[in-house]
Amino acid sequence: MSDRGVVWLGSPSFPEAARTALADQQLRTNLRRATTTIRDKRLAVAAELDDWEELRTAAEAIKRRTARHLDRYLLQLEEAVIAAGGSVHWAGDAAEANRIVAALIQATGEREVVKIKSMATQEIGLNEALAREGITAYETDLAELIVQLGEDRPSHILVPAIHKNRTEIRDLFAAEMAHWGEPAPEGLSDDPRELAEAARRHLRKKFLAAKVAVSGANFAVADTGTVTVVESEGNGRMCLSLPETLITVMGIEKVVPTWSDLEVFLQLLPRSSTGERMNPYTSTWTGVTEGDGPSQFHLVLLDNGRTDTLADTVGRQVLACIRCSACLNVCPVFERTGGHAYGSVYPGPIGAVLTPQLVGVEQAASLPFASTLCGACYDACPVKIDIPEVLAHLRAEVVEAKRHALSPEALAMKAAATVLDSPRLLSAAQKAASLGGRVLAREGRIGRLPGPLHGWSDTRDSPAPPAESFRTWWRKNREGTP
Amino acid sequence: MSSRETVLARIRGALADVPAEEGPEHVAVERAYRRSHLEPGQDPVELFAERVADYRATVHRAAPEDVPAVIARALTERGVSRLALPSGFPAELLPSGSRQWQPEPLTVPELDALDGSVTLAAVGIAVTGTIVLDAGPGQGRRALSLVPDYHLCVIRAEQIADDLPDALARLDPARPLTFISGPSATSDIELDRVEGVHGPRTLDVVIVEQSVEQS
Ligand code: SF4
Repeated sequence: MSDRGVVWLGSPSFPEAARTALADQQLRTNLRRATTTIRDKRLAVAAELDDWEELRTAAEAIKRRTARHLDRYLLQLEEAVIAAGGSVHWAGDAAEANRIVAALIQATGEREVVKIKSMATQEIGLNEALAREGITAYETDLAELIVQLGEDRPSHILVPAIHKNRTEIRDLFAAEMAHWGEPAPEGLSDDPRELAEAARRHLRKKFLAAKVAVSGANFAVADTGTVTVVESEGNGRMCLSLPETLITVMGIEKVVPTWSDLEVFLQLLPRSSTGERMNPYTSTWTGVTEGDGPSQFHLVLLDNGRTDTLADTVGRQVLACIRCSACLNVCPVFERTGGHAYGSVYPGPIGAVLTPQLVGVEQAASLPFASTLCGACYDACPVKIDIPEVLAHLRAEVVEAKRHALSPEALAMKAAATVLDSPRLLSAAQKAASLGGRVLAREGRIGRLPGPLHGWSDTRDSPAPPAESFRTWWRKNREGTP
Repeated sequence: MSSRETVLARIRGALADVPAEEGPEHVAVERAYRRSHLEPGQDPVELFAERVADYRATVHRAAPEDVPAVIARALTERGVSRLALPSGFPAELLPSGSRQWQPEPLTVPELDALDGSVTLAAVGIAVTGTIVLDAGPGQGRRALSLVPDYHLCVIRAEQIADDLPDALARLDPARPLTFISGPSATSDIELDRVEGVHGPRTLDVVIVEQSVEQS
């Protein structure tokens, strides 16, 4: 767990989590099939471009240019978005971003929002934060829907539900869809086509009725103020064009200088990510357009540890990441352990270098060691991030930090204690717990606690507090543990 | 200090190693990549047709005078008869017959009740097999080509750019743009590709050949 508010998914430490994952035969089979399939497709379409190396070189250089002059490009972006009729908000950390988004939604009077899959909103735990404000966020990407219905955690950047097979998904749809809206049809089979159809029907009414949408951004162009979302299913287009209000949460590193710079990234991203020449849908918008799409557009620029990453001259290069997930699919460690073992919304090689920088190395000390340094991730990375170099650099930092650091377990406890010491946070946690909503206590067990308690509850699946208050229960059960 | 000022100050602090006199233009960006991946002599329209079909969209090629007949045949084959019609769609391209054409303005529930839509396009991209809509005349707002389950897009051969760099240069970023490469698709369940989760399940693309006088 982090003071900065990167959602810590709560693996005790990488080696321990990896051991559990390694024992899961099903998970390994699913993963191997997925990673090899995507890897082969990626190699084939990258090979179609005989200037692949030149594209990578250009991408790396554009990202370096952007990072070294980030303040200027963000100001330019802000000006262009405002000129086009949008609003821009700046968030120093996760809590602030969540507050901004919640306030913007509350101003519309709505209590439900549709969401496009976005790493940034996962990173800050937006859905959970909104839930605490009584706002329900519906994930609309099929994989994210599977994860949400299952109160599960994403395990891959691109295919977050890759650890689930079709039968598991069928059972999940049959059991859970009715609680969230349109129920799954009677006699649903585990044929992916039928499952996708069930998801389509489940979400259709939500799309047509939604007044507010929340998205991330793949790129934002400084000189024109244009924001871009790359997707496959059309759920993104639904969210981007049907609601009246659109709120986009974007890490400050997603800006690119000019419109024509997109020619580099739109060639590299789909090919590196899904192994397609182009993904089915790419949407771009600049502020608002009269008579087409949302009449209100808000862009939230998120720091949340990125400026600290920027300050590290070796680690800075990680901000170039376009979240294609190519490094995951070539990583021998990821292929065997899966994404959950990394304990962060950012798994695999990119997670091993990004997470410790966002949350501080002392908080994710085992991650820089979750690699064989074989270099496959560097070769696969379309923006040429030298992941092995950053790993080695972070390992040295971990060793340094270890001298006076607490273990991750102790840190999780410390963070839980912080919540327990804060009447406001505690009452929020208690209220959430006693509401007994689906998200929390099910069948007498606490699934996942909101906010800062997340990390602690996720690994433990604790018994739900009975009549006694959470604080009393905590005292009895946990107090005194380091 | 506002968060804006705080974040900007943190960025400037983090970039202490960047010399004050350095401007963005001092960070070299070598653009040695190709402007187009077309082979010399390769026909962009041919390649476009091939690559669009690769995404399991159906491609029809038609001489200008045959377009209404080709559209009619496609609609009949798909069993599509109630269609959204964007303003500015050329009347001379519409087939005669008993189909219902619903002109804009349409509400979203009205759109949802229709079988499909026909639109023009702004730009095509040969190498990637992509059509781009910019909400211009004959294309309608973004919802039109999204909500109904079927989309037929008419594109003129001369609108097809060789590759992405050329296409982006032809487009106006101030307009809302939708790049479409095949029908809606997902691979989220065991990586099995399934067409049509939320967007149109079926995409027909009609390429209007350049007439003899034009070429
Ligand atoms: S580090 Fe490189 S390969 Fe990995 S997700 Fe980011 S851009 Fe893709």
